[in-house]
Amino acid sequence: MNYLVSIGLEVHVQLRTVSKMFCGCATGFGAPPNTHVCPVCLGYPGTLPVMNQDAIHYTVVAGLLLGSNISDYSKFDRKSYFYPDMPKNYQISQYDRPLCDGGSVDIEIDGLQKQIGITRIHLEEDVGKSTHFSGKSGVDFNRAGIPLMEIVTEPDITSADEAMSFLVALKQIMLYGEVSGCNLEEGNMRCDVNCSVRPETQSRLGTKTEIKNMNTFKGVHAALLYEIDRQVQALESGEQILQETRRWDPDAGITIQMRVKESEHDYRYFPEPDLMPVVLDSDKIEEWRAQLPELPRERRTRFVEQYGLPDYDAGILVEDKALADYYEEAAKQSANPKAISNWMMTEMLRLLSERGLELGDIAMKPESLAGLVKLTDSNTINSSTAREVFGILFAEGGDPAHIVKEKGLAQVGDSDLLDKLVKQAILDNPRSVEDYRSGKKAAAQFLVGQVMRLTKGKANPKLVQDLLRTKLDG
Amino acid sequence: MSLEIENLDLQAAVELLEGGSCSSEELVHALLSRITARDSSLCAYLSVDGDASLRQARDADKARASGSTAPLLGIPLAVKDVINVSGDSCHCASKILEGYVSPYDATVIGRLRDAGAVFVGRTNMDEFAMGSSTENSAFGVTRNPCSIDHVPGGSSGGSAAAVAGGEAVAALGSDTGGSIRQPASFCGCVGLKPSYGRVSRYGLTAFASSLDQIGPMTRTVRDAAALLEVMAGHDERDSSSINMAVPGYSSCLGEDLRGMKLGLPKEYFVAGTDSEVDNAVRAAVEECSKLGAEIVEISLPHTDYAVATYYIIATAEASANLARFDGVRYGHRAEGVINPIDMYGKTRAQGFGAEVKRRIILGTYVLSSGYHDAYYLRAQKVRTLIRQDFEKVFEDCDALLTPVTPTPAYRIGEKVDDPLRMYLGDVFTVPANLAGICGLSVPCGVSSDGLPIGLQVLGPAFKEENILRVGHAYELARANSKNG
Ligand SMILES: [Zn+2]
Repeated sequence: MNYLVSIGLEVHVQLRTVSKMFCGCATGFGAPPNTHVCPVCLGYPGTLPVMNQDAIHYTVVAGLLLGSNISDYSKFDRKSYFYPDMPKNYQISQYDRPLCDGGSVDIEIDGLQKQIGITRIHLEEDVGKSTHFSGKSGVDFNRAGIPLMEIVTEPDITSADEAMSFLVALKQIMLYGEVSGCNLEEGNMRCDVNCSVRPETQSRLGTKTEIKNMNTFKGVHAALLYEIDRQVQALESGEQILQETRRWDPDAGITIQMRVKESEHDYRYFPEPDLMPVVLDSDKIEEWRAQLPELPRERRTRFVEQYGLPDYDAGILVEDKALADYYEEAAKQSANPKAISNWMMTEMLRLLSERGLELGDIAMKPESLAGLVKLTDSNTINSSTAREVFGILFAEGGDPAHIVKEKGLAQVGDSDLLDKLVKQAILDNPRSVEDYRSGKKAAAQFLVGQVMRLTKGKANPKLVQDLLRTKLDG
Repeated sequence: MSLEIENLDLQAAVELLEGGSCSSEELVHALLSRITARDSSLCAYLSVDGDASLRQARDADKARASGSTAPLLGIPLAVKDVINVSGDSCHCASKILEGYVSPYDATVIGRLRDAGAVFVGRTNMDEFAMGSSTENSAFGVTRNPCSIDHVPGGSSGGSAAAVAGGEAVAALGSDTGGSIRQPASFCGCVGLKPSYGRVSRYGLTAFASSLDQIGPMTRTVRDAAALLEVMAGHDERDSSSINMAVPGYSSCLGEDLRGMKLGLPKEYFVAGTDSEVDNAVRAAVEECSKLGAEIVEISLPHTDYAVATYYIIATAEASANLARFDGVRYGHRAEGVINPIDMYGKTRAQGFGAEVKRRIILGTYVLSSGYHDAYYLRAQKVRTLIRQDFEKVFEDCDALLTPVTPTPAYRIGEKVDDPLRMYLGDVFTVPANLAGICGLSVPCGVSSDGLPIGLQVLGPAFKEENILRVGHAYELARANSKNG
């Protein structure tokens, strides 16, 4: 029997606002426990929430990038449940009038395009973090009140690979839209995974299970591989799938039952009386739409057209917004955008990965790379010198022309000097000359190398070759 | 000089201080003596910090010496225990907030502080403002200064008793369903519930967020106007506060009511209201007519549903608002608990009183899945109808005149075992909260047992000047006819 898999994700994305959603506390990660807190985000009696307008803006930007319908009227609701990391024991969230409805994310799977539907995007506040010590527990409320956007997908995803592709694509869009830092280690993106399987002859979706609180994409992938297999095996052996919440144990590589549906909470939603509904007029939405960044897909096409790059190269460059921005900055200042791309695709990516660095960590500016290409194109330096200069720029930054001048790296193109050096190489290496004349053409390369050595690598290799040929063949 | 503090209203106190015939320190000192002498029998205050009050008074005197003319400079105020004052306890008359010290000033406190006010002490109330008699306090029952074995009303019973009993020049209360107006009526002082959004709620421990308002409780209508002028206005910390200019309320007051049209809602003059109350209110209406107001009978057809609607919405919101009292971050925490659920259960069982528990359970029930639409959603729809009733009559009327309560104050213990009967006593006050309009309670008579009776003046949203004008002119006329 073949089985069909249906997966839906609820992705929580922390927005990159400077302050929390309802108070002025900072959102930075890694501060000592309970230092980014105030009476509001600690839920002190009498305090009231005040909406951070940036959180609304970022959520709408995310919605616009995903092609959602932006609600002109949306509201906030209280979602009640008791948990020590929840300061008010209700979470301010959105129940039936979210900021964004609908939308989709395009993914590529085995070379084929597929669209994953988005059901809705709503805004809510994050909760604190509990830590358990021996005999007692502590709660850090630094995270409590950080704006959290929940993106809910349709059950359109049909495999662990598709889920992975979706998350990668979503992250890329969130980074392009600059709505979130998307730093997984800092918990910027977390997701709940809903999964069901059914025999291919059945049209109704199977009973789903929910795997809660996944914070790595790899984890989602591994958990889904396991869970799909578990459900299929259960069906094969005639068992019922229970509607339940499960937990992924990464060490054991299995999902474990947390609770069955019957014991789930009644959240008792009702409209948050402390906040006014969010009314967005179409002018505001259009203003934000006009400011939207270009998405990777469009940018890739434009790179091919505007800079004459191969589609593959353009694809690599746009994958990371920072890389694409860097490229574009350098390409704008250069007459040879293809050469810029070559440098980035080879040396740049190689050095970054070798040294475990991010683009933001290096001192080399895009204009330096453009300058370097100019020096090569004008034959001021040869390609091996250029690689050397690139290495210096990568490590220390600076102006390539200045580096070439200071270190005396300019190419030797003086034919009188080269003529003398070629003669000397011929005199010093009679064996090679003989080899060459007896037909071993490779011996010429050795002689070129000798001249290069005498110029410390700075000679124009093409010129040296021409001079040698003339002398040896003549 | 001998200061007759028990008869001193706010305006007179301001004049004394401004005229230099007494210092704030002397005034506060006299007040503290009065409290010491009287409060053991009234129990209006939960706590009084004499040293801190005198320190604030001396600061005010110094400020005056160096030229300050802040409007309330050196004026002592009593604060209901539900409003946060930085560095003070704010128990909300509940054991669950034992040990809690507020880290911040409510916006209203900040404004009054800037205007020079001195905060003397914290007044008793029904726990978390839930009740109509101040019998639901975890820290003792407040008594009505007009008759010691009667309740002062509630939930702002401590503030009303302090003002009426001469233990405060003026006080702050909060009104969710009548909690300022009803105790003002029971004790014979003035109480004003501002329109929803007129005064910032920031720092008011929430009972029902869509209904709560802080308001002044005073000896005269003029004093209420003076305090409201300072308290009102937009606050960025409260999204429900309105961004609208605050009129100079004191300058809106006059001696007559010519040109005003006052409505008498027929649903508020019904059988079941005590005849002495009915007579006193009708006499007040007659007085207003003599002052030049045109009186018209009007109808608010959805009045009958107000109490039920109120107790659904208020308890629903309260069930969430009071969820934060869990023993995790502040206040009482039960000992010897084995896990969070156990901690919540024991902490809340020990910390909350019976009425608070009753309302949390009621509110949780009306929001529960399966009941939400039948109760909460329907109540919201009825609330809209009630609001529309008022909008309609205020197209024509400048204010409405009604009784505050169906009866004068009852005896302590009389209704404590019958919550439903107690809730029905709110019938004339809750509609104003549901509609978000403003309301004033002004003394208009005394029963044969010597218990005060109040006249309620209701006004359109953000038209406090209307009700203050009516209340002030009536109050003057009544004083004149008594003297004359
Ligand atoms: Zn905060």
